[in-house]
Amino acid sequence: MAYSATADEHHDAHHDGPAPGLMRWVTTTNHKDLGTLYLWFSLIMFFVGGSMALVIRAELFQPGLSLVQPEFFNQMTTMHALIMIFGAVMPAFVGLANWLLPMMIGAPDMALPRVNNWGFWILPFAFTLLLSTLFMPGGAPALGWTMYPPLVLQTGEAFPFLILSIHLMGISSIMGAINIVATILNMRAPGMTLMKMPLFVWSWLITAYLLIAVMPVLAGAVTMLFTDKFFGTAFFSAAGGGDPVLFQHIFWFFGHPEVYILILPAFGIISHIIPAFCRKPLFGKASMVYAMAAIAFLSFIVWAHHMFTVGMPLAAALFFMFATMLIAVPTGVKIFNWLATMWRSAMTFETPMLFALGFVFMFTIGGLSGLMLAIVPADFQYHDSYFVVAHFHYVLVPGSVFAIMAGVYYWLPKWTGVMYSEVLGKLHFWLTTIFVNLTFFPMHFIGLAGMPRRIPDYALQFTTFNQMATVGAIGFGLSQLIFLYIVIRSVSRAGEKASDRVWEGSEGLEFEVPSPAPYHTFTTPPAVR
Amino acid sequence: MSEEQQQQRSKSNLRLAGKLSVLVVAMFGFGYALVPLYDVFCEITGIGPGSVELVAAEEQDWVVDESRTVTVEFTASLNQRMPWEFRAETRTIEVHPGEPHVMTYYARNLRDQDMIGQAIPSITPTRASSHLHKLECFCFVEQLFEAGQGRYMPVRFVVDPGLPEHVDRVTLAYTFFDATPAGTSAAVDVDSTTW
Repeated sequence: MAYSATADEHHDAHHDGPAPGLMRWVTTTNHKDLGTLYLWFSLIMFFVGGSMALVIRAELFQPGLSLVQPEFFNQMTTMHALIMIFGAVMPAFVGLANWLLPMMIGAPDMALPRVNNWGFWILPFAFTLLLSTLFMPGGAPALGWTMYPPLVLQTGEAFPFLILSIHLMGISSIMGAINIVATILNMRAPGMTLMKMPLFVWSWLITAYLLIAVMPVLAGAVTMLFTDKFFGTAFFSAAGGGDPVLFQHIFWFFGHPEVYILILPAFGIISHIIPAFCRKPLFGKASMVYAMAAIAFLSFIVWAHHMFTVGMPLAAALFFMFATMLIAVPTGVKIFNWLATMWRSAMTFETPMLFALGFVFMFTIGGLSGLMLAIVPADFQYHDSYFVVAHFHYVLVPGSVFAIMAGVYYWLPKWTGVMYSEVLGKLHFWLTTIFVNLTFFPMHFIGLAGMPRRIPDYALQFTTFNQMATVGAIGFGLSQLIFLYIVIRSVSRAGEKASDRVWEGSEGLEFEVPSPAPYHTFTTPPAVR
Repeated sequence: MSEEQQQQRSKSNLRLAGKLSVLVVAMFGFGYALVPLYDVFCEITGIGPGSVELVAAEEQDWVVDESRTVTVEFTASLNQRMPWEFRAETRTIEVHPGEPHVMTYYARNLRDQDMIGQAIPSITPTRASSHLHKLECFCFVEQLFEAGQGRYMPVRFVVDPGLPEHVDRVTLAYTFFDATPAGTSAAVDVDSTTW
């Protein structure tokens, strides 16, 4: 086991560094190495998925078919979604978990280091399979990431590759989740009770249980698609007594908890950053934990709000509508707790705090449009329009992605030992914020006016807003190169030396180890006050 | 931490991971359990495939309610570019609840090979689905059509007087599916002509 260091070995921890050479990265079981791998993988996928988004936006710069064929456009929307969800956001959170959880709970490493290594190294294979479909006859999957039958069954040669890559991503997430639960429940330093755990740890404990509960359901759903296509089963084929709507139910039983998998760790990160730059403990920590647990529970009973328009009994529609609106209560608790933390505090606005504030503000916009979508009669109007696109991009980009960036800026000095350039960081924040709103805000209006999603063409009256969105998207994409530059600079150790505490108001065990964090930390458990 | 504690911890890690793996397998099974659960749900609420009656309803002496008139509409569609002609001979008729009626559908196989079709009915609004009874229907069995053959097929049905008051229009929709056994099918192979 990787954490074989015992108390008497502690003195020579310094020359117990990583093995030299590239094989280190393949064979490593060190949580910090794996965290780094996950984060780099996620950043690469962020750029790959982002380029696909730019193809979409470039095509939509003007009405009519201008740049790409409709089939390719559809492949881009599908692949963009799959890559951003499973390749960028989820691995980024797992990477942050790898780097931070053991340090936050005073453990020497993750509970199952080999599983950890395996969980990561499945991912490059999964995404190679998925991306290889772009070069196949018939092209990549093109019917949206939701894979609704019967259309998905008409996918060409890409179909089995799509299913297999989803299985691999699922296996990777499940292994990561099991490892995280085992780490949090078994590896805490003495004295670190559950309620003393930092909120990022709490958010991941809940997220990991969600993953364990729903990723297998997705695996089941895609397996049914697979056997429907190749082995003559008829789960979703009406001709054989099945029902395509059944797929939507199973998919969204996974899909709705999945959207909380994409946001709960973000809540955790924000709950670290806001108190640090307000120099005040988080307001209502226990209520934050209960709110996350409540959101996780509710996420299992609201799935059908994604499919109001398939036709369902009035009672069911009402149930799913009210249950969905109920989620606004625990989410509101979190938003107001963050605001209360800021209230009359000595706030400063370093880059992580700017991203955190941007998160609180813009995530709330996304939450509000979500409430609008929850209203059944309104949803019939909004369904599959650009309003939906605006909604989920507001919760995912200035939501999840901003939280990940806030977290990277916040902990990067701890990882690398040097401060990033605050000037560049602020430039990155402001450009990103301006362009993200320029991209996604107009989509609300064109959606309400009736522009459907996933269509490469549109009516002339939507041109101006689409052009604004395209300009915003290009600006957003280019701004991320600043982020890449900042990260590369820090990783190559250019910059001012960071102190062990890094920030004036930072709290937590991860700030009690030196900067940069040594290869092995807490080989003897720390004393938790 | 002592060697013994180390081993203790590693053991309990594996035990926990084992328990969580059982949960993973159980949830995979739950995904499949949703299939029959869905049918049960559909049966209770009267929607979806669970409510599709592919057997003839019992002949009963319904009390004819002359005071009400319900419009019954008929539609016909083909699944997945099935090379058939299929239409309802009558678009709409007015019926009194409790009174049996007969109308006719016409179908023709446009291929130069024999094909088997299976029609699946669907009734809207959902609330009417348990009140429109098919006494005789071509949808109860698979239909063999020789190459180029066409024929008229009757549907005998009755709307029972229990139909909710506010429903004055019921649509009976049939979709023909290609049920020709694989390998012998002359139907367009959808998979290979997609792109």
